[in-house]
Amino acid sequence: MAEYYFHLSGLSVGYQGTPIIREIEIGIHQGEIVTLIGPNGAGKSTILKTISRQLQPIDGNVVFDRKGITAYTYKELASRMAVVLTERMKPELMTCHDVVATGRYPYTGRLGILTAEDEEKVEEAMRSVHAEELGARDFNAISDGQRQRVLLARAICQEPDVILLDEPTSFLDIRHKLELLAILRSMAKSRKITVIMSLHEIDLAQKVSDKIVCVKGDHIFGYGTPESIFDEKSIRDLYDIDNGYFDPLFGSIELPRVEGDPQVFVLSSCGTGIRVYRSLQKQGIPFAAGILATNDLDYRLARLLAVKTVTAAPFEPVPEQAYAEAGELIRSCQKVILTDFPIASGNAGVRRLIRAAQEEGKLEKTGLQEV
Amino acid sequence: MDHGSAGSFHEENFRRRSRYTLVFVLLAAAFCAIIVLNINTGNVNIPLGRILNIIFARSGSVDEVNIVWKIRLPRILMSAILGGALALSGFLLQTFFENPIAGPFVLGISSGAKMAVAIVMIYFIDMFGKVPSVILILAAFVGAMASTGFILLVSKAVHQMAALLVAGIMIGYICSAITEFAITFAEDSDIVNLHSWSQGSFSGSNWGNVGFAAVVVGITVALTFLLSKPIGAYQLGEHYAQSMGVNVKRFRVALILISSILSATVTAFAGPISFVGIAVPFLMKRALGTSKPLVVIPASFFGGAVFCMFCDLIARMAFAPTELNISTVTSVLGAPVVIYMLIRRQGSR
Repeated sequence: MAEYYFHLSGLSVGYQGTPIIREIEIGIHQGEIVTLIGPNGAGKSTILKTISRQLQPIDGNVVFDRKGITAYTYKELASRMAVVLTERMKPELMTCHDVVATGRYPYTGRLGILTAEDEEKVEEAMRSVHAEELGARDFNAISDGQRQRVLLARAICQEPDVILLDEPTSFLDIRHKLELLAILRSMAKSRKITVIMSLHEIDLAQKVSDKIVCVKGDHIFGYGTPESIFDEKSIRDLYDIDNGYFDPLFGSIELPRVEGDPQVFVLSSCGTGIRVYRSLQKQGIPFAAGILATNDLDYRLARLLAVKTVTAAPFEPVPEQAYAEAGELIRSCQKVILTDFPIASGNAGVRRLIRAAQEEGKLEKTGLQEV
Repeated sequence: MDHGSAGSFHEENFRRRSRYTLVFVLLAAAFCAIIVLNINTGNVNIPLGRILNIIFARSGSVDEVNIVWKIRLPRILMSAILGGALALSGFLLQTFFENPIAGPFVLGISSGAKMAVAIVMIYFIDMFGKVPSVILILAAFVGAMASTGFILLVSKAVHQMAALLVAGIMIGYICSAITEFAITFAEDSDIVNLHSWSQGSFSGSNWGNVGFAAVVVGITVALTFLLSKPIGAYQLGEHYAQSMGVNVKRFRVALILISSILSATVTAFAGPISFVGIAVPFLMKRALGTSKPLVVIPASFFGGAVFCMFCDLIARMAFAPTELNISTVTSVLGAPVVIYMLIRRQGSR
């Protein structure tokens, strides 16, 4: 067995002796970003609290750098592990600089007075999260995004080997989410800091993490690289999604398709149909799509949203059978929406379909800008 | 850019230090002024020149020397020491409960101490005729700890600030009821001293008591000052404090013991005194513009001393020769501060 930097072995976590999650077995290497995902109340925070020693493990061990976590003194652990918690901090009369400076706690003397070197580290930490301009502001008077950055700076200037973050992106808008995760990513890679966090946004988790831990029920539902974890089925099972779809390639989430006999046939390709699909979806109109090669951008979404999709093999001329199928749909639908896509030798038959639709008075054209 | 921001931090640091210095200079000035004023005024008026003579040369008429040395000086020092202790005890309780209106009086800790002291006084006087200060302080401490222990139990069950305070006030009432009960059935001769004491007063301070209080309070204040680093960490919340290396369990025990000793000492010598513990730390934090324990702890101590000496002056002089209870004055001055504080907090939400 490989020697792990951070190892949860046979760990059971919970409150007052009652385990919530049992038999956790996770090995983490130095400098990795590990993200806990799973439904609300699954126990992600409980795991993080146990790792950070706020809770006693009910069974098993947390081994950190070859030493059981309970063998560390609080002080030793403080110089190696920092946390960013979900609980709202409401310090009285403290500037952001003051809050960040508390990260120097394990390194200052008896009275906690900062040296010039400490001040330097505080400023450096604030620069690394792009918060240098916030220094003199009252911590209670800044926005959520700024607050998370300041708290991250606080953790950074504690100079830890491991940072634990409990849902650091909650309350943040998309720009600040991306910013925060980018900072974590670069920190993990450039300084070899190990990051263990919980996230709600599975799409972001997939993109930022080296390893994913799925927490559900009373056990770890899955653990591995995002590539191995993020297939459509595991995500649907993890969150019990029965009313929508998750696309593991792009990490996008879709509402369930509108079922029923198709009323509209969308004739598109090359991604030009996506907007039409979404618009129909929102209006609650069941639709069919075609003729899409299975490597077409439209196909990835049509297979999730369209009631019926006419497909063709990629890099082959569209076979006659597909044209026939599409012709059938044009006859049965009340409307045909044609988008603006190239028609060339491989799909020349589409011209026939357009004519047929025109003759039945069902054709409606749409450019990219309309819809 | 980097230099700019670094520069602004240094400017900020300088600005802060100047502000701290200013506050401490003002406190020191007020401290001296009130001491002089306090010695100077009373039923017997002694001019400043003669006072200096009496204090530094111990010369003057025997009556005047006795008034200054046996009555006024010990009383002033007592109110300074106990006022400081009270303010600090409030600051520690506010930190502990993460709640700005926690204080020894509001949480019923003073009443618990008062109850224990009253009972001991009544029964000890029966048996021995005189109660040593140590026993009084111990009794007050036991009473204070009993109330505190009860508050801690309640605080585990309810996390709301309001509920906790109501529980404290109720404990206060229960303790007062028991105290009244003991007084009602005590011999009249046993309770001669008790009445004025139980309403809170610095009168009757003597050098023995002052010395004793100075030692107890001096040691606890020094300990508190040494705790200012973990107190600062604790201000960010228990979990962050732990993640910074504070042994939270041990720290909480230390905090509650120290604040109980402080409020017990005050109660043993001067009876329960209200509002100082809430109003003074609040005013000091505002004045300093920070909640850093390293500066707030000494400022609260001196602020409490100045505040109590001032209140005692009013208590003695406002309706001379009739003396007011010290709590009457501290309430009149302190309660509006607390109301203002609550309004401000509401406004900032």
